[in-house]
Amino acid sequence: MNARFLRRIAPQIATLAAVVALIAFVFPGFFDISLANGRLYGSPIDILNRGAPVALLAIGMTLVIATGGIDLSVGAVMAICGAVAAWCVRQDYGLVSTLAVSLSAGLACGVWNGFLVAVLRIQPIVATLILMVAGRGIAQLITEGAILTFNHEGLIFMGSGAVFAIPTPVLLWLAMGALVTLIVRRSALGLLIEAIGVNQRASMLSGVNARVLIVAVYMTSGLCAALAGIIAAADIRGADANNAGLWLELDAILAVVIGGTSLLGGRFSIVASLIGAMIIQAVNTGILLSGFPPEFNLVIKAGIILVILVLQSPALRVATTFIKPARSLR
Amino acid sequence: MNLVPESPPLLRAEHLSKSFPGTKALDDVGFALRASEVHALLGENGAGKSTLIKCLTGAYRRDAGDILLDGRSIDPKDTLHAQRLGIGTVYQEVNLLPNLTVAENLFLGHQPMRFGLISPRRMNADAEALLAQYGLAIDPARQLDSYSVAVQQVVAIARAVSLSGKVLILDEPTASLDQHEVQMLFGVIRGLKARGLGIIFISHFLDQVFAISDRITVLRNGRLVGTEPTANIDRLKLINMMLGRELAEETRKTGRVAPARTDTAKFRFEGMGKRGRIAPFDLDVHAGEVVGMAGLLGSGRTETAELLFGVSGHDGGEARKDGRPVRLASPRDAVAAGFGFLPEDRKSHGIISELSVRENIVLALQARLGWMKRISSRRQMAMADDFIRRLDIRTSDAEKPVGQLSGGNQQKVMLARWLATNPEFLILDEPTRGIDVGAHAEIIRLIEELCAGGMSLLVISSELDELVVYSNRVVVVRDRTHVAELVGENVTAERMVQAIAAPEKASAYAASSETVS
Amino acid sequence: MNARLFPLAATIAIFLVAYAICYAQFPAMLSTRVVGNLLTDNAFLGIAAVGMTFVILSGGIDLSIGSVIAFSGVFIAVLLRDTGLDPLPVFVMLLVITTLFGAAMGAVIYFLEMPPFIVTLAGMFLARGMAYVLSIDSVPIAHETYDALQSLYWLMPGKGRLTFIGGLMLVVFLAGILVAHRTRFGTNVYALGGGVQTARLMGVPVARTTILIYALSGFLAGLSGIVFSLYTSAGYSLATVGVELDAIAAVVIGGTLLTGGSGFVAGTFFGVLIMGLIQTYVIFDGTLSSWWTKIAIGLLLLAFIVLQKGLVVLTERRQSAARTG
Repeated sequence: MNARFLRRIAPQIATLAAVVALIAFVFPGFFDISLANGRLYGSPIDILNRGAPVALLAIGMTLVIATGGIDLSVGAVMAICGAVAAWCVRQDYGLVSTLAVSLSAGLACGVWNGFLVAVLRIQPIVATLILMVAGRGIAQLITEGAILTFNHEGLIFMGSGAVFAIPTPVLLWLAMGALVTLIVRRSALGLLIEAIGVNQRASMLSGVNARVLIVAVYMTSGLCAALAGIIAAADIRGADANNAGLWLELDAILAVVIGGTSLLGGRFSIVASLIGAMIIQAVNTGILLSGFPPEFNLVIKAGIILVILVLQSPALRVATTFIKPARSLR
Repeated sequence: MNLVPESPPLLRAEHLSKSFPGTKALDDVGFALRASEVHALLGENGAGKSTLIKCLTGAYRRDAGDILLDGRSIDPKDTLHAQRLGIGTVYQEVNLLPNLTVAENLFLGHQPMRFGLISPRRMNADAEALLAQYGLAIDPARQLDSYSVAVQQVVAIARAVSLSGKVLILDEPTASLDQHEVQMLFGVIRGLKARGLGIIFISHFLDQVFAISDRITVLRNGRLVGTEPTANIDRLKLINMMLGRELAEETRKTGRVAPARTDTAKFRFEGMGKRGRIAPFDLDVHAGEVVGMAGLLGSGRTETAELLFGVSGHDGGEARKDGRPVRLASPRDAVAAGFGFLPEDRKSHGIISELSVRENIVLALQARLGWMKRISSRRQMAMADDFIRRLDIRTSDAEKPVGQLSGGNQQKVMLARWLATNPEFLILDEPTRGIDVGAHAEIIRLIEELCAGGMSLLVISSELDELVVYSNRVVVVRDRTHVAELVGENVTAERMVQAIAAPEKASAYAASSETVS
Repeated sequence: MNARLFPLAATIAIFLVAYAICYAQFPAMLSTRVVGNLLTDNAFLGIAAVGMTFVILSGGIDLSIGSVIAFSGVFIAVLLRDTGLDPLPVFVMLLVITTLFGAAMGAVIYFLEMPPFIVTLAGMFLARGMAYVLSIDSVPIAHETYDALQSLYWLMPGKGRLTFIGGLMLVVFLAGILVAHRTRFGTNVYALGGGVQTARLMGVPVARTTILIYALSGFLAGLSGIVFSLYTSAGYSLATVGVELDAIAAVVIGGTLLTGGSGFVAGTFFGVLIMGLIQTYVIFDGTLSSWWTKIAIGLLLLAFIVLQKGLVVLTERRQSAARTG
């Protein structure tokens, strides 16, 4: 079991190691980590910390994609939930009730998407596009167009605090990743989700309650987006409805794809997606560090996607299997 | 038509063979189509009809054999190539684009142009003229899917004929048409026959085959059973050819003549039906009893199974288990009531191809337990190993994706999936189709074992001899209605064939079954 | 009525009702000035949306157009600044580049059998990245050709101005309608949207059509970039972020089925106008905040997607009823 798991995530680990090695080669000070004000500092920590929102989004996105769906709305949901959290603390809510309200907002967004996909049977990409477009408007409605700033110590701690010298966002995504992986793999959810993703009809004929499960994965995605939104808002001590989570849905999908989960659904690995998120962040950080103009960031990202596309292409896979067994077909 | 009967064939296939991994879909089949002939091609699912058609139209490359068109050897590379050579095909699922207009569908790729632009006016006028030849007066500027399937069918025929013009293959063209529409279609077919086309007609409606065809070719298990002029053949003989029994053969096996059951049935279904799918029927299944279900393709066999498993829902009637009513509104309900269902279409409704043998086996039990109560890895492994041993599933290990197994072994995995739930009532739809001989025998033995163990089974099969072996009773289905129930000594292949073949004797058989039991 | 025309009719009706409501509140909205501004302000979006319409009709999606528009602006501005070239040859060079760019994406989609969503996502990153590489700052454009084109307009009755770019958008829409309904390519696009497998069986050149569709989208995104640079007199790599979303929204509100195969280029025109009208209304009102635009567009999207879904279900019901009845 463990060997199989390692083999599954080996390509992602190797890629991450290669990226990190490349950065360390260009920028020798990469591995310098220091402790100041009870918090660790340094480039590796920075990657883990900056990558938190995408990592969180990737957790929920992995499950959604495993069922054969996609959630385009997570960036907008981040904005909504960040705005809700900011609004709550400005209304003098306590930290617990603020978090509760904000996370509930994320869950509600997930229920909405799940309803459109599972009950109205609208294509996931179309269904979640609605909230992607309207969501930012809703977030602006809450912030009334301004950046809602706050000074609530507890909420700020979520974005820039540290526990045992480790930044809170890092702990949050690690905890969330571990929690969801544990729930999904220790319960039967993982199996049922993969079954739906491969063959929904056959799964339903085996008595799998596909509808409820699909709503549940979109709710998970909403919850992860809410947490990411809270961290993003806490980080800048304000909710920016316009820019919070902007285009992060694309990074999250990319992280899942790098993690080797097929966009057609089926087998998934949350750990691999999380490593995928870190690869994306490492590339971002690496470009910054290595003195490359940050302009090249997107070009390199596009190059990475292209390489992955070629590697994962079904057409290419057919071509290689076609060559191997010495043209036994036809 | 004063045709010389021995006119040279328009299209001829000789010694055609085609294999797929695990099965020989066509085995040395010969077939000849004359000009101005409607030639029916018959056989149950898996008989090789569609493989033959696909070889003729280039959708498959044949392994061996020759295809001659007008005496010249041809080798169609794909359907487009076959079309250019003169062989056009129209399928049951109309292979036109529902979102385009009728005229666009007719002329896609060949639109009349004017000043470098399509001239819709000319295109529509041409379309109207073309369709008028088929007696169809419709507005060709309207979207195709705004017309009935029958009209779409004729449009597809018009396109195929105008592009190819020698041979027309009609694959189940009447499956979704009503009586009136079938007559209209037959008018079109007769018109084309008069124009000299050779027409291959595939249908499972025997009445229609007798009404329209000049000759009939029957395939069975990938082999040619025979070609006969329609005039020389009757229903009984035809069904015997299709289901593989010789009339002469008198060594008929009878079912296990079980004593009449006087106890109340464990499962009672009363007045269950669904409009447009299956007429309301009553069905009792006792514990430790196999009820067989016989009928031709499309007769309502699968519809019965899906209804009982809650797939389609039912309009009226009631299901009872041990006298208590059970809800059957969804497969989940059925699973909760202790039902299991092995669907006919294993690939798209049965196996979860990318998941492992182990995961496929535990799926139904896990779904019933709910997501919270995960079956431990150790128990999953134990279950998988147990079933792999018990059912002799040939796989390198339990972690192999089930899609990589052979058909017979996939079927055993599907059976294991349901056996793992300890079902009280198991519905098997064509459990032995498309699997090798060894697995075939093992599955039949398994059915008998399960029955002996007290399970109730409903088994649908087009292998009548097979039904005789394991059925206590056999229900015969025709035209989406349960028409007869054979009990005891009447469970013979011959009786089944008669019940399937003779519409007017249906009620008589239903009555006789009561008197015999 | 023909079910295919229903969403288009709904779009036009919504536009007319919306305009009537605007007029009832602000009689000034009926002037040709407002109409002229509506066309000018939405010219770049409209042109890009025509390309998007073809892509969506074929069952695909193109996420790269916002980035391509920004790239185009920067490309033009940088070339005009750093070389002595006249804008016209620069325009031609640009259109060749963006068309080839689109064609390349189409080829990847077809030959690697990858979902358009991911391929054009890569295109989106690449085009935006190339824009950054050319220049991070906003580069102003000053050239007499630009001045000439910008001051070119036709004075409509009522003193409204139909500007060059507004007129160009109208021309592009007319050309788009012609291509969609009067060329074999146009019919092939609809055919792909109706079902790739069936289309292939019916002889549609799937590879060529797929590549041409994305090439057309790239070409129109480039043209839209030229128009945007005329509109803003600058090239800025951070401009037109998210325009692909606006274009998709305009196409869907215009009555085109997002899953492909059904819709009209003319519908997209009204979709663009409805979105422009909502914005104009928000500006006229003064008390409404800009975010209501997004929420209103989101609601319209929802309404149209549910309407389309309803129509599809209805057709299926009718078909299956006809089958069993």
